[in-house]
Amino acid sequence: MILRAALLAGGLATAAAAEDRRTGYEMMSPELRAMQDDEMSNPGMLWVAEGAALWEAPEGPAGRSCAGCHGEAAQSMAGVAARYPAWDEASGAPVDLSGRIALCRTRHQGAEALEHESRPLLALAAYVARQSDGRPIAPDPDPRLDPWRETGRVLFTARMGQLNLACANCHDDHAGGRLGAAPIPEAHPTGYPQYRLQWEEMGGLHRRFGNCLTGIRAKPFAAGSPDYVALELYLMSRAAGLPLEAPAVRP
Amino acid sequence: MVAMVNIPETAAPGDIVEVKILISHPMETGFRTGADGNLVPRDIIHELRCLYAGEEVFRAEIFPAIAANPFLGFFLRATETAEVELLWTDEAGQEHSERRTLTVG
Repeated sequence: MILRAALLAGGLATAAAAEDRRTGYEMMSPELRAMQDDEMSNPGMLWVAEGAALWEAPEGPAGRSCAGCHGEAAQSMAGVAARYPAWDEASGAPVDLSGRIALCRTRHQGAEALEHESRPLLALAAYVARQSDGRPIAPDPDPRLDPWRETGRVLFTARMGQLNLACANCHDDHAGGRLGAAPIPEAHPTGYPQYRLQWEEMGGLHRRFGNCLTGIRAKPFAAGSPDYVALELYLMSRAAGLPLEAPAVRP
Repeated sequence: MVAMVNIPETAAPGDIVEVKILISHPMETGFRTGADGNLVPRDIIHELRCLYAGEEVFRAEIFPAIAANPFLGFFLRATETAEVELLWTDEAGQEHSERRTLTVG
């Protein structure tokens, strides 16, 4: 009975937290939201179109395409981006969506590796993520990921850099406030890879991490590094249930 | 080069239809320096034209101040079933085009 009450209270707390959370989309101006919502004016769709072409393109010595194994992305990739990062059996570590696509290329297509944050990899990731547009973020329940989520939480709350700031100092303590003219979001990675007007191109979450770390004058980790994947795992668990935006537009 | 064009497929005679185009392009201004300290050469789209039934109905000159991946929208009056052709000229002077057929009636 006590257990049930506790579970019920836990459930209620989660529901309340879901209502309190605000995504970056909700903080944007109506003009930018309209830009994202209209497929025709959303520049991220250019990467989605490129990704769709790459999905069908044969690669490597076997001349195998993504579609050769996975078929129609609309079916095989639906919901995948909402679940990642996920566990990789072969390397015994979690991988993010871009990492998985890159591994798939080298392992199964025998093609040359694609670098994190490279244009073709972003295009493929954007195309795969597009198949989960609007779906709630549903982190992988694999228990092997839990220690990595904990590492991510530690990274999120650890003070770093010359300014001696943790992610949490801005994104928890001052979320909704402003840093100069820019609103401080709650760090829900709901729309990566995303088109940032500041970048004038598509970029991934790990590039965004690098921006924040440079901002606090810390040395950024490498895109695709285990530390970033751990941080991504933690942030995605905080964002569980929020709708995925693919591709998102941000200022 | 990827470009996305949006023109209604059909229209009634005399209707005003919106033509929209989004072009994947870096629009490098020519004023920025690269990692080596040298200027990155300018690479922009210089001109965009629209032909409707072979006749020019819209023309825009584009300059370095336009952001990457330019989006242009304009209106035209649908008078006859004909091809709408969008042509744009890049830094090398090469012309790219996209065509759609607008059915009027």
